[in-house]
Amino acid sequence: MGELKLMKGNEVIAEAAIRYGADGYFGYPITPQSEIMETLMAQKPWETTGMVVLQAESEVASINMLYGGAACGKRVMTSSSSPGLSLMLEGVSYLAGAELPCLLVNVVRGGPGLGTIQPSQADYFQATKGGGHGDYQIIVLAPASVQEMNDFVGLGFDLAFKYRIPSLILSDGVIGQMMEKVEVSDYKPRWTDEEIQKISGSWATTGKTKNRERHIATSLDLQAEKMEEHNHKLQAKYREIEKNEVRYEEFQTDDAEYLLVAYGSSARICQKSVTLLRQKGIKVGLLRPITVWPFPSQRIAELANQVKGMLAVEMSAGQMVMDVKLAVNGKIPVSHFGRYGGVVHSPGEVVEAFEKQFLGGK
Amino acid sequence: MADIEIKDIIKKENLVYSKSKILTDNEMHYCPGCSHGTSHKLVAEVIEEMGIQEKTIGISPVGCSVLAYNYLDIDWQQAAHGRAPALATAAKRLMPDHFVFTYQGDGDLASIGTAEILHACNRGENITVIFVNNAIYGMTGGQMAPTTLIGMPTATSPYGREAALHGFPLKITELIAQLPGVAYVTRQSVHTPAAARKAKKAIRKGFENQEKKIGTSFIEIVSTCSSGWKLSPVASNQWMEEHMFKFYPLGDLKDAERDNEADYKKYIE
Repeated sequence: MGELKLMKGNEVIAEAAIRYGADGYFGYPITPQSEIMETLMAQKPWETTGMVVLQAESEVASINMLYGGAACGKRVMTSSSSPGLSLMLEGVSYLAGAELPCLLVNVVRGGPGLGTIQPSQADYFQATKGGGHGDYQIIVLAPASVQEMNDFVGLGFDLAFKYRIPSLILSDGVIGQMMEKVEVSDYKPRWTDEEIQKISGSWATTGKTKNRERHIATSLDLQAEKMEEHNHKLQAKYREIEKNEVRYEEFQTDDAEYLLVAYGSSARICQKSVTLLRQKGIKVGLLRPITVWPFPSQRIAELANQVKGMLAVEMSAGQMVMDVKLAVNGKIPVSHFGRYGGVVHSPGEVVEAFEKQFLGGK
Repeated sequence: MADIEIKDIIKKENLVYSKSKILTDNEMHYCPGCSHGTSHKLVAEVIEEMGIQEKTIGISPVGCSVLAYNYLDIDWQQAAHGRAPALATAAKRLMPDHFVFTYQGDGDLASIGTAEILHACNRGENITVIFVNNAIYGMTGGQMAPTTLIGMPTATSPYGREAALHGFPLKITELIAQLPGVAYVTRQSVHTPAAARKAKKAIRKGFENQEKKIGTSFIEIVSTCSSGWKLSPVASNQWMEEHMFKFYPLGDLKDAERDNEADYKKYIE
């Protein structure tokens, strides 16, 4: 068992990055995630692991620093909150187009616009439907605990390099700010130059040697047919990820007659709602997508054969519910409930919404 | 006079010039009279002469030189519009023993990328910036750039740039020279052999400064855009000499090491 600590979600992102052997962090302050860079700057990992930490002039610069670092085969990351992520999307599109691996963290707050600094899940579309321009996807991991904030740093980097794709930890203000017991990972050394050559030597811009062609990190091809070919390659990769990397967790679904679908902190709240409903004798289960892209559509389609109705619970006006509806494909009623704009729903409010939707009110 | 055949002339000892090995055989897409070709050649020669091909990372911009990676046989990163200095910052910090340079036009560097270039220079990133200023957007078809001179007609200032309507031409190089993180700022041109030789010396100094780790080196090359300016290559050079050099005078703006300025010393310990 690893070392146990009591930490904030944001702090553990920083701790996990250092322990994982990340090469660089580039970020810009924004509430409610500033503790990530603050923790890194206080830890001074450049003196221990050699990790580079830099406060950039903007989120636009941060994401482009990731491009520069990722193109060198380094494990680089950034973090931000909703408005900052919006600024980064041009860069994310370039990273996806150039097939560069990196790790992003979005500790989501209420929007639109400057919005609020309170928790939200209203960036689901932005995260899972591309967000920036062009046909692309990124892997999106949705932690529901401080422990998963720790675990998904390593998982996010591993998947990013496995598929040469950006990974995003889609957290929210609740998970970022709350303190929980967490088992932190053991220290791993950063990759050596030799390891980088072994892992990314076929594409990384580490300097052109005599025994190979020059490497170019680019998302550009002026010939439409070639760009279509590149898009086919990207789409094939996305289908592969959909096949291999779907992750989810089920809670009391074995005998369930109804299903709640929720991710992140909303899933934590819904666990309590399931317990409250079961105390009333209503057989309700919970499915928690851990990857929201790729989405557990197949499992939800299977459960649509078992349950009478599904309620998607998310702190948004109804975004993930669209993916649930697509998976269910009209077989059973699917509804949405959630507080939003920075307000967190209570387990009781979820129970009330469920009863109103499926049991005709109290 | 004895007969001299061509084979008698093509001999190693008679060789006075050859194409840099760093330049690829790809045909350049640049227009006749454009300064990019010569500027590329100078950068290639410096990389070859310093023997740093295996340790050099170029960052290409968005603009006419977006395809610079087709012409120099080194590893390249192609940046989003204006963001080359951000890419270079990370590449250099993560691989400090490598030589990292950006190659940017005036729209890329002085308009959309103003924040990135100012902050990279202000942090004193140990990179070399090649700034090709032709006072116009070439690639998109000759629109007004931040560096377009007053009175100069472009596709988006068809009656000539007016300060009241379009603002003033931006002397970004003068701004950069104010920053303590910057070691070397110079303005050059490549329109004559003598000018190209001077520009090459400046580029070499910019790359050598990376070894000394004394801060950013910034080399502006005042350039022509015959297509955008709608002038012949010869007339473009004349117009540049008469108008561009007046507003963008050639020469060094800052050489912290030579002048023993205090601000560069913090980098060497």
